[in-house]
Amino acid sequence: MDDAEVVILWGSNARAAHPIFFHRVIRAVRRGAQLFCVDPRRSESAEWADLWLGIDVGSDIALSNAMAREILSEGLENRRFIERSTLNFDEYARSVEKWTLERGERVTGVPAHAIRTLAHTYARADRAQLCWTLGITEHHNATDNVLALINLALLCGHVGRYGSGLVPLRGQNNVQGGGDMGAIPNKLPGFQDVENDELRAKFEKVWGASIPPRKGRHLTLMFEAMEEGHLRGLYVIGENPADSEADVQRARHLMEGLDFMVVQDIFLTRTAQMADVVLPAAADWCEAEGTVTSSERRVQRVRPALRPPGEARTDSSIISHLAAALGHGWGQPTAEEVWNELRSLSPMHGGMSYRRLEENGGLQWPCLDEDDPGELFLHSRLWANPPVGPLAPFHVVEWAPPVDSLTADYPIRLTTGRHLDSYNTGVQSGSTASPLRFGGTLDISPEDSAEWEIAEGEEVRVTSRRGSITVPARVDHSLRPGLVFMSVHFPEQADINKLTIEAWDPKSGTAEFKATAVRVEKAPALVG
Amino acid sequence: MDQPDTAKVATEMVQVTIDGASVAVQKGATLLEACQQMGTEIPTLCYLETLTPVNVCRVCVVEVERNRTLVPACSRMAEDGMVVSTDSERVRHSRKMVLEFLGSSVDLSLAEDEVGDWMERYGADPARYGPVSAPAAAGERDARKPGHHHHVNGETAEGVHQPTKVDNTLYIRDYSRCILCYKCVEACGIDAQGTYAIAVAGRGFDARISTEMDLPLGDGACVFCGNCIGVCPTGALMFRSEWELRRADLWDPQAQSVTRTVCSYCGVGCNLELHTQDNRIVKVTSPQDHEVTSGHLCIKGRFGYDYVQNLGDVEQNSIDEVLQAARRRSPK
Repeated sequence: MDDAEVVILWGSNARAAHPIFFHRVIRAVRRGAQLFCVDPRRSESAEWADLWLGIDVGSDIALSNAMAREILSEGLENRRFIERSTLNFDEYARSVEKWTLERGERVTGVPAHAIRTLAHTYARADRAQLCWTLGITEHHNATDNVLALINLALLCGHVGRYGSGLVPLRGQNNVQGGGDMGAIPNKLPGFQDVENDELRAKFEKVWGASIPPRKGRHLTLMFEAMEEGHLRGLYVIGENPADSEADVQRARHLMEGLDFMVVQDIFLTRTAQMADVVLPAAADWCEAEGTVTSSERRVQRVRPALRPPGEARTDSSIISHLAAALGHGWGQPTAEEVWNELRSLSPMHGGMSYRRLEENGGLQWPCLDEDDPGELFLHSRLWANPPVGPLAPFHVVEWAPPVDSLTADYPIRLTTGRHLDSYNTGVQSGSTASPLRFGGTLDISPEDSAEWEIAEGEEVRVTSRRGSITVPARVDHSLRPGLVFMSVHFPEQADINKLTIEAWDPKSGTAEFKATAVRVEKAPALVG
Repeated sequence: MDQPDTAKVATEMVQVTIDGASVAVQKGATLLEACQQMGTEIPTLCYLETLTPVNVCRVCVVEVERNRTLVPACSRMAEDGMVVSTDSERVRHSRKMVLEFLGSSVDLSLAEDEVGDWMERYGADPARYGPVSAPAAAGERDARKPGHHHHVNGETAEGVHQPTKVDNTLYIRDYSRCILCYKCVEACGIDAQGTYAIAVAGRGFDARISTEMDLPLGDGACVFCGNCIGVCPTGALMFRSEWELRRADLWDPQAQSVTRTVCSYCGVGCNLELHTQDNRIVKVTSPQDHEVTSGHLCIKGRFGYDYVQNLGDVEQNSIDEVLQAARRRSPK
């Protein structure tokens, strides 16, 4: 970031959601880097941008493909990189052929000249960073959205070089680490495939137990399985799906129908209140020993500063005791012992001893042995001559509009996001009295406020095909006519997920939180 | 286009003489860096490695041969052949005056420990200017206009004392302790946060750090990142929790420990130093040498810890309960 010439924030309001990362963006801008923001809202981040592309919600692939066509038709692509290091280019080039600037403008709402400017600037830059967040991934076609961005980076050779890359900004301190540790349905720790017999055997030998040879279900599929009646019991660790799931009334109903639910959490969340058994947990970041892995693959240690309250125990203690109760004598391993076992099984973590993590203030994987300094960025292998390892494929991706379509009955697009001072369903951040907080509101553009004769603070009824809620309106200059916004932080005041749609991406399982069709009306004068 | 070479740093050196000894430093290094390289201690107040030097406190001044005035070591670049004295009579006298003027007008009782050492080393005696003038009424100093001077009586040392500004739950501003080092302004604005909620208002002795139109913090541009607190060297900007504990005489550094961990609120990986007393978090900082933060945090990382404190509504209970918990454990 520090040496990038061009920075694109695509579906990311980092100023609010990743403020300290944004300090680096500001530093780059001051140094002369150009900043582009692709976002339906003119967000706090977009206020810093050289150019804001106010895209219509869910048209990201259209924008990407139109940029690609423009880059190709002007001959700005990185031919040498494409020929040497990528696959499937010809098919991709043909697939974007129909995405003229004019068509791009029609579908995305972004003026053709702005698409052209971004395409040219990105392609001509020596070093360009393309960053994204949930604006890309909380869609029914999340994976295709990401592939569309990867295509652009491959087209221009903006990957695997110092100052050039693809930067998915993670929303929690250990989303990356969770995946790295195998908390995804198809992988063992270190991204080793669970359906690979050889790899599974390696783990089985150390663990002294057999591992089911088939991949599991992700969250969305679990709810499907509950609906079909296959899944009857649930063990929830540190998640609050009774507030956070899209189409949350369905999710609550399904969880209520379970035979048995255990919730392990630091709070009695709405989900925990529904559980048969609640296991009080310690807060990992300040009451337990362990590691977390940040967006830049940096593994860092967390340490206990406080004694956990009451009977709360660390997650590892709970899990070890649970194992003992199930007849497995794991003992009570320390966090470091667990970590060292992980290092013996996951090659990319091999060199990360606690001592080195301490000395280096964290290390970035892959870090194969104790002499390995770790990697500042990935995929430099693509620039070796000849490239090392598999070539990077282009993926043909076709634009598909959001599932929840706009009609005369539901003519307004509702999208979601975070505020600077708050976090997810508010379980953690809600405890601090922030002077910045204004609670759950429906944010509307000044134009719509005038047109609908809805004033700041006035109660409005917001209705989607799944539900209806009443919240105060707030006028927000970052919005455009026809686009309204709600934060996800206040489910008790503004139960937004009664509105959102459980249309999910078949590849990642992510629901389309970002695109709901609603209508907005003045709330009836007498409510209750 | 192949992979660019990233390590092409010119290492041209310049030779300077400091207190009679010769030292070679990289071109572009400041005199302060040259002194640090030699192990020569230079006092600094407004200087911080992570901020742009503003040369306002003048306590780091050194004497450079053939220069008419003393120069600030924190920003003056070393030039080939420079002859520098860091402890001449003129330097010592100047530092003494700077420290005396600050000490006679500002409450330095919570300033970094070295300030007291410097006072002693340079023979500074702030008391010789007489007793400090009576504190200004709340808001009086903020209302002063440039050019409207009031007469001094010569009996007391003119001071900046005034009531502490307590206008939000997260941090306080006690400008009786402010030495106008500008660090908060820089951390809020150009050097880190990019928010520009505060600036210097007024002129001369009436200069002060102010929000726009002197608005309460919550009504202005402030985003409550607390990066101003993180750089304040005198305790003028302080966590509300620390301030309340100090007021109740319960702030006990001996009973505190500092634990380094990672913030839970997003995936950037900011390191936090949790300052705890009696199993409560009483303050949060970030290490300045930490690559990810350079010492800076956001509102969530710096203040968003109440959820692990078992407290109810913070506006009403937080401080009280911290106090009660502390009282139970450490009777004084």
